[in-house]
Amino acid sequence: MKENDAFIEYRPGESLPLSQIPRMHYYDFYNQASLEIDRQAQVVHYFPLEDGGKKLLLLVLRKKSLHHKLLIGAAYAVNDAISFTVRSKMFHLFEREIMEELNLRLHGHPWPKPLRKEIQNYKLFTLQGSEVHEVGVGPVHAGVIEPGHFRFSAVGEEVKFLEIQLGYQHRGIEKLLPTLSLARMPTLIEGVAGDSAVSLALLFANVIEGLTLGGGEGQGLPKSTADSILRTLALELERSCNHIGDLGALSGDVAFLPAAAYFGRMRGEVLNLLLQLSGNRFGKNLIRPFSYRIPLTKERAVTIIKKIDEVKREVEEVGALLFSTPSVLARFEHIGVLAHTTALKLGVVGVAARASNIDYDVRRDYPYEYYHDINVPVRSLAAGDVLSRARIRYQESIDALIISKNLLNHWISLDERATRAVAVPTLSASSLVISLCEAWRGEMSLAAVTDSKGAIVKIKIKDPSFHNWAGLAYAMRGGEISDFPLCNKSFNLSYCGVDL
Amino acid sequence: MYQILWNRFKQGKRTHAYPKAPLELPEMYRGLPLIQGSDKGEEAATHCPQQAIFSSSIDLGKCIFCGECEQRSNSEFVRFSNCFEMSTNTREELIVSEYRSIDAKSCLGRKSIRELFGRSFQLRQVSAGGCNACESDINVLNTPFFDLARFGVQIVASPRHADGLMITGPVTLNMKHALLKTYNATPAPKLVIAVGSCAIAGGPFYDSPEVIGGVDELLPVDLFIPGCPPHPMTILSAIVNYLSLHH
Ligand code: SF4
Ligand code: SF4
Repeated sequence: MKENDAFIEYRPGESLPLSQIPRMHYYDFYNQASLEIDRQAQVVHYFPLEDGGKKLLLLVLRKKSLHHKLLIGAAYAVNDAISFTVRSKMFHLFEREIMEELNLRLHGHPWPKPLRKEIQNYKLFTLQGSEVHEVGVGPVHAGVIEPGHFRFSAVGEEVKFLEIQLGYQHRGIEKLLPTLSLARMPTLIEGVAGDSAVSLALLFANVIEGLTLGGGEGQGLPKSTADSILRTLALELERSCNHIGDLGALSGDVAFLPAAAYFGRMRGEVLNLLLQLSGNRFGKNLIRPFSYRIPLTKERAVTIIKKIDEVKREVEEVGALLFSTPSVLARFEHIGVLAHTTALKLGVVGVAARASNIDYDVRRDYPYEYYHDINVPVRSLAAGDVLSRARIRYQESIDALIISKNLLNHWISLDERATRAVAVPTLSASSLVISLCEAWRGEMSLAAVTDSKGAIVKIKIKDPSFHNWAGLAYAMRGGEISDFPLCNKSFNLSYCGVDL
Repeated sequence: MYQILWNRFKQGKRTHAYPKAPLELPEMYRGLPLIQGSDKGEEAATHCPQQAIFSSSIDLGKCIFCGECEQRSNSEFVRFSNCFEMSTNTREELIVSEYRSIDAKSCLGRKSIRELFGRSFQLRQVSAGGCNACESDINVLNTPFFDLARFGVQIVASPRHADGLMITGPVTLNMKHALLKTYNATPAPKLVIAVGSCAIAGGPFYDSPEVIGGVDELLPVDLFIPGCPPHPMTILSAIVNYLSLHH
């Protein structure tokens, strides 16, 4: 086999010259990728790229056995080439996205409809059978939530099939990005999903830092420990407040109002800590390439530590209450079960994956920022039901508070605490960088590509929800329509993160 | 049951007395910007990702409160205060300069509207794109600290029960249809509230061909609430002031 005919290994965050991407024949590409999938590889990214007037399909896989590395391979797009989804469901949305973007067909794709464009005219899946009835919900919902359409095909109360139709919030982000200045790009990227703004800004910063000339572990200029610690702190606070909020939402859904109110308030307390760090409750405008914009003072750090102690104690108290209340457990247990094998097949990530006994966390498996130096406890449970997802969230919210406190103490003990703001140097020409992070919902990734002048021509963003919506649809099968709100909240996926 | 009561006792009462008692937000919070002078305005404008600065004024409709202009001008052009009360009746009033700031207290609804809705006001929220942070900060108005319901303001499920719409997001083309349908389903007289820089002027998504870039391109807006997202207190105070609910 020629060298250019096989997938290559790649360490996330490093700059890869486009010339080094193996360009294979689709057939070889397909066979090799399929082999990797059979060996438990999972998709991280699959997207088209402009390559000398032709369209290259770039596939990024991850595999447990590859220590801290990914696999990258590519093939030129051909119309009517055989679809991966035929073999592996985790390609479903990726391939729909590709078909929509390149306006081509992939042979055998089971549901080749567009993802985000002209959604008024979409056909929804219908199940045959005289006893099947359909229930449609959305796009405008009863609560204060994002728009999306859910179509249940049920027999009696039992859900046989759920189709989730998103796209209502399509803002044209990926198209707009390459036209913008480097200064405006991160504000738009933070707008992909505000509840994950810190993670998104971090990925953008990491990608730009990776693309920057100047050596130092492919990271451009050497990073300051202080900045890395503070960035990691912001990520953990983001994780914690979202998980606490979700516990509140789950409590509310089963009408356990005391816990709903307490968790709701505690989420606010942690949002206020992000506000203390950044001036924004969602931590927006804090992380930028080569900079951590808002300096922290020791006094504020001490105040934040105190608050963390307080919130942690309260979360533990209310958590103990929640998980010992029989009426709550009765509603959480055995509902919305996502079996381990199904979760693997669909490529589910994050909390939902760990609740179905999948041992994967980007913080441990592809460490970035200060996670190189942290022993992240990776929590997993076997049942795959609402209760497991709730328990994992609870545990991770506490872990995040503990990590945050340790980081702050460590930061206080540093000799050099000042934050930096370095002007962004020139980017490597004709290169690709992919960065990964464990956002609070799971693996999030961002890829950027430069042209021969070092200008960004493509940014590809993948929210963990892109993997996980299918998990929710499968978890509903065999359940009752009335369990949907609870089930939905236990996954709490992002609509806007997928709509882009 | 005993545990629930014990928890209830420990949690205590958490609702803030605002507007009866003043509320101070953390110093780090970037609220209403105060323009200090025009010297560094032009230079600050070159760093603004939102093109919100011109002639040493800031258009708070476009501004995402990132603080870049304050940092770059060493606070000589502008200083962000921690005042959260910001809302206006018109789009033009959102432009602040050295000579004109926002006086949220004078942002009132018509007398007839205040009389009609002053004791009970039902809102339907429509998320028309955006990043969902605005929706999150509207949602927390139901939590004990803010407790919007104590003013008789409720967020309801159906537009048919609503006296007004609270709209977030830059209005994506894909949501235009659903937004108009919801508006038409709301009985008149009805108020339209644009929450967040997206709903006012497209926010970070301005210039994208996939968004309309502001609710007022489509519907008449009665109340503008700036921010990205606006602090929950900004939203709460805007509604309380507009309907004079503090009396
Ligand atoms: S705070 Fe507002 S005006 Fe200042 S730079 Fe940011 S967006 Fe522009
Ligand atoms: S105004 Fe800002 S916070 Fe609100 S939806 Fe738009 S981007 Fe998100």
